[in-house]
Order: sequence, then structure tokens, then C-alpha cells
Amino acid sequence: MASITLQNIVKEYGSGAKAVPVIHNLNAQINDGEFVVIVGPSGCGKSTLLRMVAGLEEITGGNISIGDRVVNELEPAERDIAMVFQNYALYPHMSVFDNMAYGLKIAKVPLDDIKTRVDKAAGILELSHLLQRKPRELSGGQRQRVAMGRAIVRQPQVFLFDEPLSNLDAKLRNHMRIEIARLHQNLKTTTIYVTHDQHEAMTLADRIVLLKDGLIEQIGTPREIFERPRTKYVAGFIGTPPMNLMDMAVKDRDDHFEISGPSGMVTVSAHRFDLRGRDRVTLGVRPSHMSLSAPNEKGTGFNGNVELVEYLGNEVLVNLDCGGIEMGAMVPSNVAPQLQDRMTFSVQEEHLHMFDISTGQTLVKARA
Amino acid sequence: MIERRPGLDILSHVILLIGVSIVAFPLYLTFVASTQTAEQISRSIPMSMMPGNNFFESYRLALFGGETSLGGKIPAVWPMMQTSLISALVISIGKIAISLLSAFALVYFRFPFRNLFFWMIFITLMLPVEVRISPTYEVVANLGLLNTYAGLTVPLIASATATFLLRQFFLTVPDELVEAARMDGAGPMRFFKDILLPLSATNIAALFVIQFIYGWNQYLWPLLVTTNEDMYPVVMGIKRMLAGEAYTEWNVVMATAILAMLPPALVVILMQKWFVKGLVDTEK
Repeated sequence: MASITLQNIVKEYGSGAKAVPVIHNLNAQINDGEFVVIVGPSGCGKSTLLRMVAGLEEITGGNISIGDRVVNELEPAERDIAMVFQNYALYPHMSVFDNMAYGLKIAKVPLDDIKTRVDKAAGILELSHLLQRKPRELSGGQRQRVAMGRAIVRQPQVFLFDEPLSNLDAKLRNHMRIEIARLHQNLKTTTIYVTHDQHEAMTLADRIVLLKDGLIEQIGTPREIFERPRTKYVAGFIGTPPMNLMDMAVKDRDDHFEISGPSGMVTVSAHRFDLRGRDRVTLGVRPSHMSLSAPNEKGTGFNGNVELVEYLGNEVLVNLDCGGIEMGAMVPSNVAPQLQDRMTFSVQEEHLHMFDISTGQTLVKARA
Repeated sequence: MIERRPGLDILSHVILLIGVSIVAFPLYLTFVASTQTAEQISRSIPMSMMPGNNFFESYRLALFGGETSLGGKIPAVWPMMQTSLISALVISIGKIAISLLSAFALVYFRFPFRNLFFWMIFITLMLPVEVRISPTYEVVANLGLLNTYAGLTVPLIASATATFLLRQFFLTVPDELVEAARMDGAGPMRFFKDILLPLSATNIAALFVIQFIYGWNQYLWPLLVTTNEDMYPVVMGIKRMLAGEAYTEWNVVMATAILAMLPPALVVILMQKWFVKGLVDTEK
């Protein structure tokens, strides 16, 4: 087991004036035994970052340490890590056993020892009856498990997963996600897991690193990221259906602030948000936090006409046209809205998010 | 659905049969001639189409040499076949070994002027033995390699075709496999031996068949570099039997021709399964 320290990591492709920066001065600390998920849109540099930790990609600047060792110059095999690839990368001509044993054979582990370790890993992953098969005789999920087995038998300090579930169908993906979570509970090995799927990120991670254009937008537990997104980008990226984000005007009413726009109006007290001296903000509300209410005389809440109704079973997602702004709201499925119905929603103050209109930084005051 | 009409079936079979007989007839003629005596062949015009009863005598003479009934001397083909076999094997195995290594270097290593080297190899496709034969002869002669196996084989070993074919195959091997091997701690040569070679097995088999036949059928080059009868390959042997005296022992010539055909045919038949797989298969 080991912690991982990323210090001022820079990655550029090409050199000199034509160099294209991919990762800009990134710092992160991953604790011993932690399951960290790196998530972000495609092209944000998340796979590059993982491959740099693995040693498959050179770093342009900075230091990567695993445990107390700086591993910048070490070959992948010397870093005491194991990686699971997106397309499994099993050796097609070797049996499942040989696939899992290959790394150990090269490391000159005694044959008896290899056998015990492979058998144990196969037991954990329910592969014992498949050890003599070739990869082409296995299903997608089984191949995925062999790839994980190959990582487990090496008993590494760190597991690296590069979008391991993206080649599986939805049902199998759920199943394998649970297996990965269980595996981590049993082995407690430090893990870095890269995905573009926020659902995987939310369910698996101890902590999430949200990357955008080679910069860390936010590091935090899934709860922190969901409840207190630090930027407008994070707020829009995490959560399905996505958060409603709209630009609103701010009016200072001494004891409270009035936030209003074409979609509606809300009032907030002064102590939660840093609103003094601002006249416009970006307001964010999650569809699930919009609660149906009657129009009130103060005029607070959001009003809109129903444009589209998506029935999801337990709930109904209503798309509204609120004075030209599109908003989504989750309502219980026993409410059966009709197209063009006029609906009013209220939102509790603690569920409101506000961001600086130009920088996108959150305006929620740090917790005292 | 394809329409089935008996008339069409018969027509297509007839065409196929005609095709087969055009290809097979010379072979049959060769075989029939090899089973008759020299007199039978030269006296009856046209030659009889039925096998004679001189089969064993013709092949014994061809294989081990000796004197004919008319006093002509026949050189033994058996040592020539050994020469041919050794050169064909050295050429095909050498070609494959060199091409594997050069394709491996071209695909998996980043060295200066990599593309230049690739194109240089590629351009040699335009320079077969026949084109560069005089300078090559000069080099081989100066190195004192005339009448040696090295002289017969080494100049033919470099192969752009095989290098190119293997390079194209290596390019289709997924990068993740290379990376997985690196994670497992396999160095470049270990990766080559444990992973790349087994994956290329069918391609190597196909190349072996092609190159073995290429090596076996060499005529012009051995003609130049061998002056010693001990080093004659069998293909040259046939030609020499025709050239020498006024009187040709046709039955022995034909028996030699059949013998010369057998090893390449055997290689094709034995390796057919792999050969076809290597040319059409994309399984990885």
C-alpha cells in the first residue's frame, strides 16, 4: 500500500514553440488505501494523467511519487503498480492462467507461488473454471475479470483503471462496478480510476478529481462535489438530469437579497452567499430540488409552461419554458402534468447555488 | 437464392475440367515420360500416353546417377536435391528471421531516420536479383564465396516483401498489448519472443511457404556462383541434362523434373492450413 503524490505535473505534447500543453501544473495527493476517481469530459487529460502515473507516458515537468519514491524515471514494471486497460489487452495466444501469471514469471516468482496467487485471484473473481481457456473463448465480462485478475496477482501498491467498464453493456457494467467496489473493500489497495461516466465516479469514489482542460476543477468526496460544487462547470457536469443554470439580477434589500430574472425570483438572506456589491450572478438549481408549490403573493419561485414530460417511473422529469429559459424539474410521478400547464416551483435556500457570472467560481461562503 | 439449372451446372463443370486438364496435362506427360525407356520415347512419335514399365530404373538413374544402356553418363540428382533443400531452407528461414527483426525495429523503436530506412528497404523491392546481378556477383566473388552455401544464399536473404508484410501485421497489434507487456515487466526482446512471435505464427507460416518455393526455384543466381558440380541445385541439374550431349535421356530428365517438383509441393500441402490462415485470417 502507498500514497501517491502528484507535484506540479506538467505535460506537453511536442516541444519548443509548437508544444501543446495538456496538463497544467497539477497538484494532488492520494492517500494510502484511497479509491480516487478522475472524471472529466473527453480530451481533458484524465487518461494522460493516469498513463503518466503508470509510466507509459513521460512527464514534461513535476514529480510523481508512489510511497516515498519519486518514480519519474522508473519503468512501469518497477513502479509496483498494476493497470487494467479499457480493451482488456489480454495476450490472445495465452490461456487465462498464463495471462495472469505472465508478469510473475518475468519477475521470477517461484512456480508454486505463482500457482497459489493465480488460484487465489481466480477464486476471488470466480474464474477458477476458466483458467485453461483462451481469451477469445470468454465473454466481455469474463475478459474484464481476467484483466483485473492480472492486476491482482501482482499484489501491487497501486491499481490503475483506465475506463475499464466502457466496453461492457449497461447491465454488466452495473455488475462489474459492484465487483470493483467489493474488490477494493477487500484489498484496500490505493486505486486511481479514470472514467467519463459520472455515475461510476459518484458510486465508486472515496474522492473525485474533476478535471477540465488539464486543470483540476475540484477535488472532493462525491457528496462535497454534488452538494457544494466549487464552480459552475462542476455544478453542470455532475448530476443527472443536469443542474438548471441561469443568469439573474441581484438586488440588495438590506436584510436580504432578491435574485430575479425572466424565469422567476428567489430571496436569500445575506449570510450564506457572498453577494455584496454584485448586480448579476449565475443561479443554479437541481431539478430534484424544485418543489411544486402554489403561486404566492410575494411572487417568489419559478414559473413556467410545461413543454415536455418524461416519465421515469418513480418520478417525472418536466421540461419547462420559464420566460424563455429552459428548466427541468423532478416531480413525483403521481403528479401528471399536461403540456402547456402553468406550474410554479419553489426552492429552499440551502439548495440554491450561486456562481460568479464571469469566473464561474462559487459564491457560497466557506463554512464558518 | 441462386437459381439451380442442370445445364449451367454441367457447363461450369466442363469449363473447370478443361482448366484442370490444361494445368495437369504437362505434369501427366512428365510423369508418363519418366516411366518409359529412352528408346520408347525417342522412337514413337507422338509419344505413348500410357505409363511404361521403366519407372524404377528411371528414378534410380535420376537419383543416384550412373551409366545408361547406351553408355551416357548421368549425374546423381540426390546430392543436388540436398543442395537445393539446404539453400531453400537457409534462404527462407534467413529471410524470415531478418525480416522479423527489421519489422520489429521499424514498428516498435523510435530511432533517427526511421522512415528513411523503411523507404530504403521498400525501394529494394524494385531491385530483384536479376537487376543487381553483376555487382552482387562481383562482391560475392571477391569475398571468395563462389561455390559455397553462403554464396548461394546470403545475397538472396534480404527481403523487402517479408519485412513489409510483417510490418503491416505488427502495426495491427494493439498498443495496449505492448503497454500491458511493459507493465508486466517484459523488455523489448521478451515481448518479441513471448508475444509478437506467437501472434505472427500464421504469417510466418505463409511467408515460409512463399520463400521456400522462391529459394528452391532459384536458377539464374546459382548458375553464376557455382562452377563445382557438388554445389549445383536440382533446377540447374535439369537444364544441364538437356544441354550436354546430342542424345538426351528424356526419361531421366522427366524423372528429375518430377523429383524437383516434390519438395515445394510437399511444403505447400503440409502447411496449407496455416498458409491459408496466414493470408486471410485477421484473428488476434
